[in-house]
Amino acid sequence: MTKFWVYLIVMAGVTYLVRMVPLVLVKKKITNRFILSFLHYLPYAVLSAMTIPAVFYATNYGASAAIGFVVAVILAYFGKSLVTVAAFSCVAVFLAELVIKFI
Amino acid sequence: MNEKNSFSKGIVDGLPICFGYLSVSFAFGIFATQSGLTIFEALLLSMTNVTSAGQFAAVPIIVSGGALIELAIAQLVINLRYALMSISLSQKLGDSVRLPDRFVIAFVNTDEVFAVASGSDRPVGRKYLYGLILTPYLGWSIGTLIGAGAGNILPASVVSALGLAIYGMFIAIVVPDMKKEKPVALCVVIAVVLSCAFEYLPFLQAVPDGFVIIICAAVSSALMAALKPIPVQEVAAND
Repeated sequence: MTKFWVYLIVMAGVTYLVRMVPLVLVKKKITNRFILSFLHYLPYAVLSAMTIPAVFYATNYGASAAIGFVVAVILAYFGKSLVTVAAFSCVAVFLAELVIKFI
Repeated sequence: MNEKNSFSKGIVDGLPICFGYLSVSFAFGIFATQSGLTIFEALLLSMTNVTSAGQFAAVPIIVSGGALIELAIAQLVINLRYALMSISLSQKLGDSVRLPDRFVIAFVNTDEVFAVASGSDRPVGRKYLYGLILTPYLGWSIGTLIGAGAGNILPASVVSALGLAIYGMFIAIVVPDMKKEKPVALCVVIAVVLSCAFEYLPFLQAVPDGFVIIICAAVSSALMAALKPIPVQEVAAND
């Protein structure tokens, strides 16, 4: 499948350039307060927009995803680590789907 | 200013990302081989791209023999958020990070690596960053390999449950800071409302997912930057 290699190179090339060009070109420290504030809020905004509503379609059932989501938010609210939150929310989905199938 | 520049600290901070990636890349491995790619091709995609959403979007295009330009535009749109993250990360890099380091670090500047690096209270150094990207990269590659090779023998219920892992990580990053900083909480609410609008409202639905994330993130961050700029001492601390 030689065509695969062409796809691979194009895809990896685009992805890398998008990440690399800004990181290599922006060398100066930004001092503009608006831009600094914008960059401060950005990670939260990106991750939130990626999570909701997509998280509710991430599993076999909307209800199980919703339960996993709630478990994750509660654990995160009480400051649990990334691994704990991710692992327990998966377990919650698994258990919820057992119940859903039983019903 | 003193940097966070310990390789072992980077490894420790990267481990949760690694475990999160194992499950997500595992799901990708399953998806890729079930779509018709070989195990080797699935692994190569992960090792050269390290981008979850981008890879999931690419597989159908590749197996259906789609146009290269379609693949390129899809990747550009879905991954454009990384350009914003790279600009943001550039402000966090310590003096020990040299030009060749930037070329390497950019390769694994994922959502989670970025989130952890930008969450640091001090500038991050090259050794720390290499530690931070090492295990996530291995996790992403190994998870893909295992998923592609052995995914078919796993029950569908387990695969379904693993689908929540990546979002669990996102939530673990965002929620604690929403609690600490009210403006961050408001920013999240705005981003979520916008994101839902693009998902459910007519016309807005037609906007491709990659653009949606950028629009939601840029609008809510700009709005909050105008309404609640970060305190001046934090600005000074960034200089």
